[in-house]
Amino acid sequence: MASEPPAILAEGLIKRFGKTVALDGLDLEVQAGTILGLLGPNGAGKTTAVRIFTTLLKPDGGRAQVAGLDVVRDADRLRSQIGLAGQYAAVDALLTGHENLVMVGRLYRLSRARASERADELLERFDLVDAAHRIARTYSGGMRRRLDLAASMVVAPPVMFLDEPTTGLDPRSRLEVWGLIGELVAGGTTMLLTTQYLEEADHLAEQIAVIDHGRTIASGTPGELKRQVGGERIELRIARGAPLEGASEILARHVEGPVRVDETERLVSAAAENGARRLADIVRDMDAAGIGLDDLAVRRPTLDDVFLTLTGHGAEVEAEAAA
Amino acid sequence: MNEAERHGWLYWQFSDALVLTERALRHLPRNPQLLVFSTIQPVMFVVLFRYVLGGAIKLPPGVPYVNFLMAGVFVNTVAFGSFSTAVGLAEDLQNGLVDRFRSLPMSQAAVLLGRTLSDLVRNLFTGAVMFGVGVLVGFRPAGDVLHVVMAIGLLLLTGFAFSWIGASIGLAIRNVEAVQSAGLIWLFPLIFASSAFVPTSTMPAGLRAFAQHQPITYIVNATRGWLLGTPVGSSGWYALAWTVGIVVVFVPLSVRVYRRAATKI
Repeated sequence: MASEPPAILAEGLIKRFGKTVALDGLDLEVQAGTILGLLGPNGAGKTTAVRIFTTLLKPDGGRAQVAGLDVVRDADRLRSQIGLAGQYAAVDALLTGHENLVMVGRLYRLSRARASERADELLERFDLVDAAHRIARTYSGGMRRRLDLAASMVVAPPVMFLDEPTTGLDPRSRLEVWGLIGELVAGGTTMLLTTQYLEEADHLAEQIAVIDHGRTIASGTPGELKRQVGGERIELRIARGAPLEGASEILARHVEGPVRVDETERLVSAAAENGARRLADIVRDMDAAGIGLDDLAVRRPTLDDVFLTLTGHGAEVEAEAAA
Repeated sequence: MNEAERHGWLYWQFSDALVLTERALRHLPRNPQLLVFSTIQPVMFVVLFRYVLGGAIKLPPGVPYVNFLMAGVFVNTVAFGSFSTAVGLAEDLQNGLVDRFRSLPMSQAAVLLGRTLSDLVRNLFTGAVMFGVGVLVGFRPAGDVLHVVMAIGLLLLTGFAFSWIGASIGLAIRNVEAVQSAGLIWLFPLIFASSAFVPTSTMPAGLRAFAQHQPITYIVNATRGWLLGTPVGSSGWYALAWTVGIVVVFVPLSVRVYRRAATKI
């Protein structure tokens, strides 16, 4: 296993835009035939990393390889080995679905006949046959995204990069896209997928790398990462007038970890596996002690929790920085 | 995939450019506004100048104003054709298509060449429409076939050259709305302070010096002379030099701006 070179590799990757440091020594490794979820808030450097891997940007330092080819020195050869589906569905709105795929196929230097054949195959597979000869401007967001994905795999490239493939999609379209991604990876494609949703990375990725400020701050399987974050949390909002310390003591009896107290929000919370089952006991004890509750909830870890745990700041910070 | 190795580098430059030319031409009937607007403006100019202003413009005796006017209208039409090159490329940048193209193993110059070539074809179309409109309002070219063909060739070359200026501007501004509202403002003084619609002889001295030595005037004078069968003097050579010069300067400039625009952010 160790002798197999990684399909995607970054070592100390650095990219600056003027004074902004987008990537600050990023390290990344994706084994062939697996899928890596690159997780991070807006401005963390996810898109910049993808743009370097796909030869759209040159790094200022470090090195990156895809399919064994250097992204700078071997850029020309590399482009026939990769597929890219970006944040914005990059399809030509005035061409039909079929024409879009034929155009991309011909630019991959397939013959006209082969490109057309391939377009038919992909339209079939991505469930776009009925819309094949309508211009893409008339497509729904989900259809456009599917067409964009189809365009990124016209030559079935061994390595694919999907930059936030489901951002802005409704839940049904999101599930469709997930299904397609799963099929591709099952077929042996190596994939790097960026996302802001922990749930998405959890669902699709075998490995997750969390990046922030252009650096990898955690990596591992979804399970490992969640354990780091602490799984489910029980969260209680204590009624005005009731003692926070008393509430915190009662909660501590029912959980293993430390209890966090937020005095301004009057929140008392703690990590707890199977939180829902413990909730009844906790409520009974609070009631017996005469402590009123305004709200109670069992929360699953969100990206925000990952960031709070790993970096001490929330995910929405610096959302306006270069994406 | 072996297809790629069967042909040389130059073959693929043109093949890729033609794929993208075809793409842009498919847009035309599906986005008729652009075609209609790029035809309406010159048609309005023909009607306004022919019937409203024409009577007040002094020409040497024996030259009907409509014959004088049409060369200016043709040059105006092909020069403003660069508008769609600018808007088209800004659109491709804005909606991410340029990213897709740049991640493909294709010729990057083809992205620009595809646009300018398709605009050449469109100029041929709008030019033919304007010719029809001209004939309707009394335009009667008197030049021989060879010279008329030379005039058409010069007009197409002019359109092609200005397309590359449009390409540089569209890629430099990058924002579609900004390109639409301000991208081609510079063309107005260039067209009006020339011999396109009026003889330059009545302009004040400073303006006249500019008007008589700027490219549009040379191009208009050569086109006009060749269409009407009147002598053009050295205007033909100046026109050729200017248009070729614009191509030589703006092709590499566009490619550079394209590279820079595409690698921002």
